[in-house]
Amino acid sequence: MTWVNDVLQGIFLGGAYALTAVGLSLMFGVMRLVNLAHGDLAVCGTYLVTTVMAALGVPLWAALLVMLPLAFCAGALLQLLLFDRALRAGPVAPLLVTFGLSVMIENLLQQVYSANTRGVPAGSLDVAALHAGGLVVPWLSALKLILALVVIGGLSALLRLTAWGRRVRATSDDVAVARLQGIRVRPLFASVTGIALGAAALAGTLNSVTTGVDPALGALTLIFAFEAVIIGGLGSLWGTLLGGMLLGVTQVVVAQVSVPYATLASQLLFLAVLAVRPTGLLGAAQAG
Amino acid sequence: MSTLSVRGLDAGYGDFQALFGAGLDLASGETVALVGANGAGKTTLLSAIAGALRPWAGAITVDGTDITALPDYQRARAGVVLVPEGRRLFGSLTVEENILIPVTGRGAGPWPLEALYELFPIVAARRSHRAALLSGGEQQAVAIARALAANPAVLLLDEVSLGLAPAVVDTFYGVLPRIQASGVSILLVEQDIDRALAASSRVVCLLEGRVALAGDSASLDPGALIAAYFGSAAGPGADPVVRA
Repeated sequence: MTWVNDVLQGIFLGGAYALTAVGLSLMFGVMRLVNLAHGDLAVCGTYLVTTVMAALGVPLWAALLVMLPLAFCAGALLQLLLFDRALRAGPVAPLLVTFGLSVMIENLLQQVYSANTRGVPAGSLDVAALHAGGLVVPWLSALKLILALVVIGGLSALLRLTAWGRRVRATSDDVAVARLQGIRVRPLFASVTGIALGAAALAGTLNSVTTGVDPALGALTLIFAFEAVIIGGLGSLWGTLLGGMLLGVTQVVVAQVSVPYATLASQLLFLAVLAVRPTGLLGAAQAG
Repeated sequence: MSTLSVRGLDAGYGDFQALFGAGLDLASGETVALVGANGAGKTTLLSAIAGALRPWAGAITVDGTDITALPDYQRARAGVVLVPEGRRLFGSLTVEENILIPVTGRGAGPWPLEALYELFPIVAARRSHRAALLSGGEQQAVAIARALAANPAVLLLDEVSLGLAPAVVDTFYGVLPRIQASGVSILLVEQDIDRALAASSRVVCLLEGRVALAGDSASLDPGALIAAYFGSAAGPGADPVVRA
């Protein structure tokens, strides 16, 4: 029964990874933009939430409701003012620009909030759990998994079923021809990055309820998100969910044998997938 | 008044100038064939009209409105729609999704989805297939249907017959009169001169980026067309022209 419970905890952890990674996956799938500042932007969202909670004295969920539209707008603005230019300047420019942004954000957060770890108070949510037989269902982990499913399922439905999604997919296929069909690409890309950042900031905040947040957390966040995207397959949102799950289950199960090897095992899984199937498990290079 | 008017167009890529003061007119519902040797600037001219390429000089007007400064996505909305060489469908979208993509600024036109399916039955039959899985001829039909869905005033057809079986090409030239009759003007780039002359009322021949000849397709002197097409010894130099 502990085995089954380990796998269950791994799936929960995978849900958290997937929620963190979905924005990265979306941005790469649509714009071929690898956002190296993804993790740091998620951390920014977390700091914004803690600041709103402290300033207004509101609970976590209310602060999240304040933060999400702001994260969307910040993402849209970043796309319009920075990423669009970078994308026009060739394949290397977006990497350099987002890497620079990542370094700037980390140092800026250190200046403003210091390097100390901050807690994200969530009332009883961070310890509440349901015990059934040998299984443990921590509410926070379950919430993250459900949110991952809702965000990925919702995004897939939007991409499949709406005019917006149709335009996003067409633009992803051939941006020049999409323009010639009357599609205005800039607002479309801005909306994509807005959604990506909103999801990242939501994931970052919920993850920090258990671990706390510090300015250097962004790099670690990026690594796991990046691995989930690569394992699942570039450009596939459901692949990202699968990638996150595999990472999570590997990590938790190996941790039962030896804790120090848990992280190593997930990196080995990442390398193995890259070696055997470089396009990722569900990688067909298509959005959605 | 002509639907499309192009005047004194200079355009090129980087330091390379491909068009030198090119100009042409298209009346409403008229088909004009644009011919010329490889590298004469046919595709460059279509790209400049469609907005894929920003011209260096000159003016492009549609129904009297100057569209020269409009960005690419607004050209399509203004009624200038390109069927690009090589079709360039959105491969991961279904056929029907491809046709639903265009955004028009001219309201509903004579080509709603049902009319397009009636025009190209093969497109209707493949409506839920992914565009990437279609044959070349089927893809070309979808590409033309997609362009018509944008309710164009001017349809720019770039080498629609390239790489297709003659019987398939016949079907496209068979539907051109119906498209024309709906009030759409067509500017047609075609390698097959006989086809181009048969399908058009007027022909414009480009030679090294300049209009070398323009005239009625029916009464054109074949000798003059050959001279305009290949250039005579006394014509502009044969070397690539580099902008000073």
